[in-house]
Amino acid sequence: MTCLIMLASGIHFVLLVSRQGKVRLTKWYSPYAQKERSKVIRELSGVILNRGPKLCNFVEWRGYKVVYKRYASLYFCMCIDQEDNELEVLEIIHHYVEILDRYFGSVCELDLIFNFHKAYYILDELLIAGELQESSKKTVARIISAQDQLVEVAKEEASSISNIIAQATK
Amino acid sequence: MASSNSLMDSLFQRSLEDLIKGIRLQLHGESSFISKSLDEIRREIKSTDLSTKSIALQKLSYLAALHGVDMSWAAFHAVEVVSSSRFEDKRIGYHAIAQSFNDQTPVLLLITNQLRKDLNSSNEYEVSLALECLSRIGTDDLARDLTSEVFTLLGSSKAFVKKKAIGVVLRVFDKYPDAVKVCFKRLVENLESSDPHILSAVVGVFCELTTKDPRSYLPLAPEFYKILVDSRNNWVLIKVLKVFAKLASIEPRLAKKVADPICEHMRRNVGKSLLFECIRTVVSSLSDQETALKLAVARIRDFLVDDDPNLRYLGLHALSIVAPKHLWAVLENREAIVKALSDEDPNVKLEALHLLMAMVNEDNVSEISRILMNYALKSDLLFCNEVIASVLLACSRNSYEIIVDFDWYVSLLGEMARIPHCQRGQEIGHQLIDIGMRVKDARRELVRISRALLIDPALLGNQFLHPILSAAAWASGEYVEFSKTSYDIAEALLQPRTSLLPPSIRAIYIHSTFKVLVFSLKAYFSAQDSTSSPLVEESTNYVSSLVNAFTYESISSLVDMIELGLCSLSGTLDVEVQERAKNVLGFTGMIKHKIIEKVTSPESVIEASRAVAFMEDVFSEELGPVSSTAQEKVPLPDGLELNENLEDLQEICGEFLKPVVDSNSNSFSSSEKISFSVAKLRISDQLEASSSSSSHPPESASLLAEHRKRHGLYYLSSQKSDDHDDSNGNNNNTLNEYPPANEILADSFNPKKKMNQSKPRPVVVKLDEGDDIKMKPDGSSNHEPLSRAIQTALMGKGKEKEREKDNPERSLDSGTKEQSLRKDKKTKKKNGEKSSKHRSRRRSDKDASAAKPVDIVDFLL
Repeated sequence: MTCLIMLASGIHFVLLVSRQGKVRLTKWYSPYAQKERSKVIRELSGVILNRGPKLCNFVEWRGYKVVYKRYASLYFCMCIDQEDNELEVLEIIHHYVEILDRYFGSVCELDLIFNFHKAYYILDELLIAGELQESSKKTVARIISAQDQLVEVAKEEASSISNIIAQATK
Repeated sequence: MASSNSLMDSLFQRSLEDLIKGIRLQLHGESSFISKSLDEIRREIKSTDLSTKSIALQKLSYLAALHGVDMSWAAFHAVEVVSSSRFEDKRIGYHAIAQSFNDQTPVLLLITNQLRKDLNSSNEYEVSLALECLSRIGTDDLARDLTSEVFTLLGSSKAFVKKKAIGVVLRVFDKYPDAVKVCFKRLVENLESSDPHILSAVVGVFCELTTKDPRSYLPLAPEFYKILVDSRNNWVLIKVLKVFAKLASIEPRLAKKVADPICEHMRRNVGKSLLFECIRTVVSSLSDQETALKLAVARIRDFLVDDDPNLRYLGLHALSIVAPKHLWAVLENREAIVKALSDEDPNVKLEALHLLMAMVNEDNVSEISRILMNYALKSDLLFCNEVIASVLLACSRNSYEIIVDFDWYVSLLGEMARIPHCQRGQEIGHQLIDIGMRVKDARRELVRISRALLIDPALLGNQFLHPILSAAAWASGEYVEFSKTSYDIAEALLQPRTSLLPPSIRAIYIHSTFKVLVFSLKAYFSAQDSTSSPLVEESTNYVSSLVNAFTYESISSLVDMIELGLCSLSGTLDVEVQERAKNVLGFTGMIKHKIIEKVTSPESVIEASRAVAFMEDVFSEELGPVSSTAQEKVPLPDGLELNENLEDLQEICGEFLKPVVDSNSNSFSSSEKISFSVAKLRISDQLEASSSSSSHPPESASLLAEHRKRHGLYYLSSQKSDDHDDSNGNNNNTLNEYPPANEILADSFNPKKKMNQSKPRPVVVKLDEGDDIKMKPDGSSNHEPLSRAIQTALMGKGKEKEREKDNPERSLDSGTKEQSLRKDKKTKKKNGEKSSKHRSRRRSDKDASAAKPVDIVDFLL
């Protein structure tokens, strides 16, 4: 871990963990090998899930800071550098939750479980290379629905049986 | 056959949703279900049908993200999926690539063309996918090959694309600094964008770039300043403040310039995140700006008393940044800090603790320690030890710089040992010994505390405290002359519960018992001597000799007790303990005999007293502190073959060598260096007068001298030998030829500080050389290619007439800056702009070799 050079700046990774310790989403902006990823998740969920409700939302961890916030049964965690602004990251988290809420219509954990890829796509519109890139909720919602439409059109074309058979027998 | 298999796979493939449901249904043995699904995925992903393949890949990404499954094997399939013409497949493919690729992924080369194709796509969402992917996996090669595409996109008319292209630039620059030549101008132009999203993105990029190498971006200060003044977007302002925090720390004049707008933001009713960023910028980089600092500290005070634990934490954090330079800000908030020590939140408590430690000085150290010890008693294990560790660290810093009253400090160390949660025995023990060696005046108290620790049977059961007991045992043996009742100490050292100690520490106990015994015998015999011939020796050297007056009865009961306590140990398994016990027993056997005979034959008394004197000599050498770099100073002797194969030796010595080797390795534990008190070092002045060493040249000392003569190479040389010869001058014993191994110097008194102290601070022996400060590698060197490229880019934009190429380090007035200056004209007083610019230019030519660029001098006017 110590020898890792953090290429990505800003946010190093995003984690969504349920109260029971189930991972709901992970996004890594800095290079972590698969093994390290599991270790990080285990370590951090151990620390964060055990924190009481009235404590501050920041945890110092391996020389970084992890900002987390609990929404219903889900903990949203983002890892940042020491010099980064914790309150700003809290706002980003809140922002993300609001966009999810708008997209799914009062989002709940199940939405994220079954649409885990959509949660990713939304996050990708929000952050690029660990930097906030879109601060307007409306814009993100519009972009995501435009992309959904693109997918729907393509799906209709592709899912016809004749298409599948044509594909399979060619 | 293969095609029909593939058809079956396509028709009956589990979707991602099926997989998720399947996993949720598994109450036990998720892993067997996952590995079954993985088998399916491995089959499906080989399908010729791209949509089957992409669904398989999506499932694999899911398992990798949430269940830690390895997906590196599917790299090639991900590349295949990306090439699909369907948007959804592409998205799944790019997502998988961003998730699983790293610089070493072998198929990375295969995606260059695909990325290029998608970057040029007319579908903005495809472009965005490719950009996102590049921002995550871009390597040197990819960055180089795709620079021109990124450049084109930086000029895109679609804000959605442009913004992402800006985000990618950071990665491209990092990997391929030459891209700066192409893209930098367009990037800078965006600093004036009216679109807040574009502005946010570009400021974000500059924020990161500036963090790595602030100097290169100084010429852009005017642009950043404009944003700082005009923007009302929190996200943008936070980033700009970060930029200025970096710039102002290398260009003090800039600090003055930006202080006003920052204060303006702090006075406005802004969001807490922005307010905190303002505070942090001020305390970290503008702390010389008085008004700004005062305002920031006032805001910090609001944070400290806020209900929100986040703000309390951040307030304390901000204080800890300002503490080294402006301690008054911390002192002003002392109450809030002490209150925070009992906060619910361990983070807040820790931060408060660090602040308290920052406040510590020689006047308040005892008060703060008192407060902290009370907290340590009440706190949980973790925080308690954190408190103890901080106190230990703060007090021992720089050879106990802040400690004036060492008696107090030693008793504090003793108190720490009694805190139930204490686990810092190692450090406490180390400091007890260290103080014993360095501070002569503290030894009496040290022995008193040590005795108290040794006779406390409760401490023996706690393994974390064993190092403390070991130190206490050593100190009470080494400095036994300060004790009031050596009998008590011997009793404590031999108490039955010492069987709870590990053998290495037991050995120290036994050895200390030996020293106590020798001392007592010495006192006994010299008392005998002085009654018969009072002229022989003055016993004033033994401060407590009156208390330690031994009668025949008391000395023989001491000897009996030692014999009784040790005889059971002479059969112990541990060789170190056994050997030491036997040594002592051998000595007592000899002495006891002589003491009893004393009544009948006076010669045996003389014999005994000579034997005791001999032992006394062995222990009389005082130990000094050893520099942590001492070992490095020993030159490697010629002909020393450490790497030579020792197998031959093993063959010869065979089996009986083995146990010896083992016992050696045992005894090389921490106890080693303190248990052998035959000192190699003689530290000057104070011992000579004592006891017999001046009357008879001590045999042990001469042996030591002999050894030194023969093996002088192994001893440390000293430049301070002259000083010590002076102090030893009255004493013409052989030791004088051999200067002490350690260079020591008395702590230089600071007259100003000493004025108002009733009790002078005792001398603390310090080693001459501190720990070597390793040369830190220059941080900026990592980013050298990039910063050079940036500086060239900024220069290239200016008119070339200045011919600064000879000196690429200095980036001077650039076109950008001149432009912006013109634009800024209305906001600033512009009197004599032209001439001042020329002046500055001339000046910068003159001190081109100086370290500081003067390139933004116009802006600062």
